[in-house]
Amino acid sequence: MNAGRREFLKSAVAVTASAALLPVPAFAQGAAARVVVVGGGFAGASCARALRTADPRLAVTLVEANATFTACPFSNAVIGGLRELSAQQFTYERVAAGGIAVARTTATAVDAPARSVTLADGPRLPYDRLVLAPGIDIRWGALPGYDEAAAAHMPHAWRAGAQTLLLRRQLEAMPDGGLVVIAAPANPFRCPPGPYERASLIAHYLKTKKPRSKLIVLDAKDAFSKQRLFLGAWSELYPGLLEWVPLSRGGQVTSVEAATRTLVTDFGRHQAAVANVIPPQKAGRIAEVAGVADRSGWCPIDPVTFESKLQPGIHVIGDAAIAGAMPKSAFAANAQAKTCAAAIARLLAGGTPSVPKLINTCYSLVAPDYGISVAGVYHPSGGQLAEVPGSGGVSPADAPRASRALEAALAEGWFRTITAEVFG
Amino acid sequence: MRRALAVAIGCAWIAAAAVAGAEPPAGAAACSGCHAASPQVTTPVPRLAGRDRAEIVRAMQEFRSGARAGTVMDRIARGFTDAEIQAIAAWYAAQR
Repeated sequence: MNAGRREFLKSAVAVTASAALLPVPAFAQGAAARVVVVGGGFAGASCARALRTADPRLAVTLVEANATFTACPFSNAVIGGLRELSAQQFTYERVAAGGIAVARTTATAVDAPARSVTLADGPRLPYDRLVLAPGIDIRWGALPGYDEAAAAHMPHAWRAGAQTLLLRRQLEAMPDGGLVVIAAPANPFRCPPGPYERASLIAHYLKTKKPRSKLIVLDAKDAFSKQRLFLGAWSELYPGLLEWVPLSRGGQVTSVEAATRTLVTDFGRHQAAVANVIPPQKAGRIAEVAGVADRSGWCPIDPVTFESKLQPGIHVIGDAAIAGAMPKSAFAANAQAKTCAAAIARLLAGGTPSVPKLINTCYSLVAPDYGISVAGVYHPSGGQLAEVPGSGGVSPADAPRASRALEAALAEGWFRTITAEVFG
Repeated sequence: MRRALAVAIGCAWIAAAAVAGAEPPAGAAACSGCHAASPQVTTPVPRLAGRDRAEIVRAMQEFRSGARAGTVMDRIARGFTDAEIQAIAAWYAAQR
């Protein structure tokens, strides 16, 4: 008998002896424990794979409606004409080849007491543990005038794919001298530096191809991620072209009129040739259906296991989760997925999950050869994921251009690395 | 008493597993977001799997103290204790 098996039996005895009413660990009954993962993005696909790595005996099902995943990181480079959308796309073939059952459908309901997920095409999938990784949904109507029909005129492009290409085509069709407006939302939202990387790469496109044009960022905030670095780079690279209007100077968009591409603030109206509205967001729909989202629209979780604080047996990872100080990023989603998988493997074996430490690193491109980053290290503290004191931070404000070029290369290396780990 | 014994044995097992390679120690799993597990990936970031334990420890300590210049590793290394660095280095050294 190996050490792991001994430990498992000890733990199983301890758990069943001390809590007779709790379900017996699945492995004690001789059957493979079943884990269902809903959502095949950076969080969900990473978690499905990490579960099988943590314990190859686990029966893992990944529920994902799309045959192709389109990655958001680097999609701003697609909008700016620097990259093709195909470079953002990945399939689940290698994931399935690793012994994961990939169900190409949508999860429509969760019965938490009965521990089962209902799929759109009918069947119910029983689980011992459920992982929800649904990413974000747009809060349609939260910004008056911005509904699904409006998104066809004023794309959000905040879920990569057709919307990404629509925004790019609108920029390409715009005559030189046009006004481009980006509306950036209040916190929290997917990818905190994303609106500002997007502004940078659109400004790069305009400077290169349509230099008489202008870009205005209307912001519902007075502060944003990597702000000093972005503002410094903008004044160096895009002077007179890119203007950022914060909340305190009337930047908050209060309504939009899609037919005329008009964005309304308390201080005036901006009629844009191209308008990119990044609207308020919430956890993907299944989170609300499963009862794991709170009134904020996001999902409170335990910082050790990522188990929902609202529904036992259901874990939430990635953008949908309220992960304390961790941002809603692909890197964070991947790190959370691996932590959650290790915790689930332990729990299903009757053990106690170990206290995790997580990392986030986010690169942003200000220009094709100009990268900046933010990094952080996180641990459970006070019931939340908190930044480890003294760690983390952004790229130095006074770094030489060679260092910015290196960070741009590191950004591309990161994308190749993480997509290989998740889908390759 | 029985529970305490189970926990004690559990802890010893965790320590052994950290080296043997079962479950990565705290922080280690996140590294592969940038440090590719697969040698096929083209990136300026070095692989950690199979790298000399002492070399990883030295690099992390130098990033943390500022003796070695980093792009992001200086900021990340400051989030780890000596014991965590030792455990992560031992685990990666044992990977292939």
